[in-house]
Amino acid sequence: MSAQELAIAGDADVVRVRQAVRAAAVSAKLSLVDQTKLVTAASELARNTLTYGGGGGAVVEEVFNGLRKGVKAIFHDKGPGIADLQLALTDGYTSGSGMGLGLGGARRLVDEFTIDTAPGDGTTVTVVKWAR
Amino acid sequence: MTSEPFGDLIERCRAAEDDLVRRWRADVAASLRGRISEVELDKELRDLLDAVLSAVGSSQGGDTKSPAYGEVRALLVDLSRARALQGFSPSETAINVFTLKRAVREVVGAGAEFQPFSDVIDDLGLFTFETYARAREEVIAQQAEQLLELATPVVKLWPGVVALPLVGTLDSARAQVVMEKLLQTLVDTGSEYAIIDITGVPAVDTQVAQHLLKTIVAARLMGAECIISGIRPQIAQTIVALGIEFGDIATKATLADALMLALGRIGVDVAAEMSKRGL
Amino acid sequence: MERLPILKIGSMLLVSIQVDLRDDMVIALQEDLADRIVETGARGVVIDITALDIVDSFTGRMLATVAALSRILDAETVVVGMRPAVAITLVELGLSLDGIKTALNVERGMRLLSLGGAAT
Repeated sequence: MSAQELAIAGDADVVRVRQAVRAAAVSAKLSLVDQTKLVTAASELARNTLTYGGGGGAVVEEVFNGLRKGVKAIFHDKGPGIADLQLALTDGYTSGSGMGLGLGGARRLVDEFTIDTAPGDGTTVTVVKWAR
Repeated sequence: MTSEPFGDLIERCRAAEDDLVRRWRADVAASLRGRISEVELDKELRDLLDAVLSAVGSSQGGDTKSPAYGEVRALLVDLSRARALQGFSPSETAINVFTLKRAVREVVGAGAEFQPFSDVIDDLGLFTFETYARAREEVIAQQAEQLLELATPVVKLWPGVVALPLVGTLDSARAQVVMEKLLQTLVDTGSEYAIIDITGVPAVDTQVAQHLLKTIVAARLMGAECIISGIRPQIAQTIVALGIEFGDIATKATLADALMLALGRIGVDVAAEMSKRGL
Repeated sequence: MERLPILKIGSMLLVSIQVDLRDDMVIALQEDLADRIVETGARGVVIDITALDIVDSFTGRMLATVAALSRILDAETVVVGMRPAVAITLVELGLSLDGIKTALNVERGMRLLSLGGAAT
């Protein structure tokens, strides 16, 4: 499967991102639990892109590491960025209406998590989940 | 028909096809020591030789990655998978391909055109190695999975009560599989009580204890309760030393006590059940 | 916007979520449930999430809020049918949904509510 680019501009787009990530996870043969973890993380991150980033996009693709397959999802926005990353990754911290588990929670659900952000410069979060 | 670098090698091979197969088969058979029947081997090699000669003779004969080699690759995949599953070694598998060189050299003769042909066979040999390795890895992964399945017996003790008797060392991966299976069984059997018996577990580390704890919380989210039985003194020490909070999780000394607790909560009258069953 | 149907069964309300939840639908459900509890005088709410293949922190927060809301309105909420993979993920996410009653399926959920109603 080639990389799929999806816009995140509204609630319906969050659902579409979830569905695209699910399809990629099934095709990469992730276990049901791993699929669920990845889709849940994607849901959190897509919502962050929408709520805090003012909208943006997601790129979903299958990745390979030798015999292992996985799914990579990138969430990017051109929003205000995150000033204190450490704080944003702390459980219970929220600047919006969530439970404050978005970023930190999403990080626990995936195998690889990188975040690239600067105040005024938008945010890009990249996650990867590998098949066991 | 014939592409340049191979000269008339293909025509000469075709003309001597029967001799070629016989010579080739003799070499291969020597290494297989009778584990595959002559008839089977003859057919395998004949098909393969035919496919190789057609591919080499095509306009893309020098490029083993070209579509012309599609059938050859398919045959080699079948062959190396079959050998891997039958337990042949990598050398015993690759020799199927490499010995074709000697057969051609001895039966048809080696001229200047032999070198490019030999290169093609080398490529195909490496391809066989790779498919063999992949097939083996698949077999190993499958066996590991089956072993996990075997080591994870979730048993139904009573309508609404399942038990997971754990035996042996629990590593993180096994703990995860075991717990997932337990939760799925709760749904499948509609059971509200799960007894995790760890009498047979010599020790637990932090990760495994955490898995156990997470499973219990997950079961609660699904509307079921877990009872842990058979905690050894050593494991109790570990749990306390690690500062893992077991909180309000029900623990019992033995599986029997845990079952009694579950039956009591469901409201089973054991004496009545016994007389009902004539016990 | 699509709203989730809320069924009244005796003194209970039943919501069976059968679609992919959008955030606006989640918010609407929370409001609708509070309205319907007051309107019908229901004593219990069963939220069936058997069909949900994920519950993220937003939906989790809704479930916790509905439970808290209903308690104030003198009704008990039970979340039923959570799939194992969803439960495992929620635990990993850090959401334990403390204070929410759960049951394996709708039938058990309803029984739990009628028992709880009698006991408390």
